Amino acid sequence: MSVDAKIADDEGVGTRLYWAVADSWTIVLRGLTHYVRQPSNIAWQLGFPIVSVLLFGYVFGSAMSVPGGGDYQEFLMPGMFGMTMAFGFMNTAYIVVYDKARGVTDRFRSMPMAPSAVVTGRGVGDLIGASLDLVVLGLTALAIGWRSSGGVLDTLAAFGLLLLLRFALIWIGVVLGLLVPNEEAAGSLFAVAFPFGMISSAFTAPSLMPDWLGAIALWNPVSSTVTASRELFGNPVATGDTWIEQHALLMAVVWPVVITLIFLPLAVRRFQRLSR
Amino acid sequence: MPEHAILAEGIRKNYGEKRALDGFDLQVPKGMVYGLLGPNGAGKTTAVRILTTLVRLDGGRAEVAGLDVATQARQVRRRIGLAGQHAAVDEILTGRQNLRMFGRLFHLGKKRAAERAEELLEQFDLLEAADKGIKTYSGGMRRRLDLAASMIFAPDVLFLDEPTTGLDPRGRNEVWDAVRSLVARGTTVLLTTQYLDEADQLAGRIAVIDRGRVIADGPPESLKRLIGGDRIEVVVRDPANLSAAAAVVARVASAEPEIDETAGRVHAPVAERVAALTEVARTLQDDGIAVEDIGLRRPTLDEVFLRLTGHRADDDEPATKEKVQA
Repeated sequence: MSVDAKIADDEGVGTRLYWAVADSWTIVLRGLTHYVRQPSNIAWQLGFPIVSVLLFGYVFGSAMSVPGGGDYQEFLMPGMFGMTMAFGFMNTAYIVVYDKARGVTDRFRSMPMAPSAVVTGRGVGDLIGASLDLVVLGLTALAIGWRSSGGVLDTLAAFGLLLLLRFALIWIGVVLGLLVPNEEAAGSLFAVAFPFGMISSAFTAPSLMPDWLGAIALWNPVSSTVTASRELFGNPVATGDTWIEQHALLMAVVWPVVITLIFLPLAVRRFQRLSR
Repeated sequence: MPEHAILAEGIRKNYGEKRALDGFDLQVPKGMVYGLLGPNGAGKTTAVRILTTLVRLDGGRAEVAGLDVATQARQVRRRIGLAGQHAAVDEILTGRQNLRMFGRLFHLGKKRAAERAEELLEQFDLLEAADKGIKTYSGGMRRRLDLAASMIFAPDVLFLDEPTTGLDPRGRNEVWDAVRSLVARGTTVLLTTQYLDEADQLAGRIAVIDRGRVIADGPPESLKRLIGGDRIEVVVRDPANLSAAAAVVARVASAEPEIDETAGRVHAPVAERVAALTEVARTLQDDGIAVEDIGLRRPTLDEVFLRLTGHRADDDEPATKEKVQA
């Protein structure tokens, strides 16, 4: 049997770079094919935020007040976007566990592909998925009357900050995915994701919570991103005069950078520990 | 070109206190199926993971296709295929999509990867199911797809880590056929298994591994001779006939028959399997000894271990001299 594509062993930097990109793209395509083959997954993924929108917007909405005034639904939508991004790390963790548990990761590692491609391809694929999530959620929000009164650039910047948070959480997802033993255990990560998304300014202003809980919510990275996107969308913000609330735009960049700086090296190290 | 497809010298690998490999040596000539036989926890999988560059070794050295696994890992990966204990394929994708993806990751290029996928689907008899999701595949089909994925690059050395564990007899046969056809094309295969039968069926040479080191190796015949080979076993209906039956068995046996009085059973190793069986059956009939059961059986892995190591496969302590039921 002859395979004509055997490659020379001594590759230059250029060739390596080419394959690192090409291999990443192959992994991205794999992720996109998952979406195509399992459209119900998108429905699942978006079902929760959409149901939450309806629940909070219509069922609890009339009882909710926005400190400083403003329409609750306008206040709610950026929170919903932020929560969806916050929950996104579970998707990353799940596929990482899946690949590890089924031996797919080992197969990749025993192949001559670029080792970085598994992670970068995963990252790009997750961001594409998150963008799709935001498109669907944004259209839903528009349909029930939400509007961005910010300019085009501000609106795009707001979505950019949301994706930046999702990007940072990829690394937490990878670390958790490599830590938990199997897919069932990955499912229980929801117990982490739920408070992480909810104890924030996503649904209600932290100033309305008990002091200790409000403090946690204020310093939750999700809050900074949500508050910053509210400012950029020109939606009601409802912030108090604490430092963290006053610097939401700054912190919406700082938090994801800090998370990435901590968890990206951890993810790489966890990945390398597989060869112990 | 290197003489050996696989060469391992004194490999050591510790997991905490546990010594997974403890002076593991192996020499696999090119172009054959080499069986690595041992019970759970003997170190088979660790050996495969080191030889396929997945895990670093703590001591010793290993070459695959003439390349050092520690310092030339990338080059090694171009020359090996690995099919592990799981069917390591993406279950959400179809069979065809899986093979195309792995082909591209093997750097075949999009077009060649697609062609190669078709070749392999045909070779492994998966064309019909090619566009179905893996979730609909049977266990045997998954393993065949897994084997196909490990063969994308026409590897010099193929590692099969317990390729039939968890398969029903039909799935097992499917995988065995696939392995045989690979060997016919000149691939060197390192096959790990817990089944003596499987090693015997496929391997041209077998190494027995216990507690992280190879304790015996050779062609299956010599190994079987070493451990006594096949055994003839007779269960008599009337215990009174047991010694008479033992005498009949002794005539064809290559060693003193062993007698189990409570079970009314006598068994002994034989060299000429079929001749021995027909001879014993005829003589017993002629002598009018009623037989409950008669047959040939392979030594079990347990018996192999007992014979080679003095302890049972799942024991940590060496067996005492007292009789251990096999």
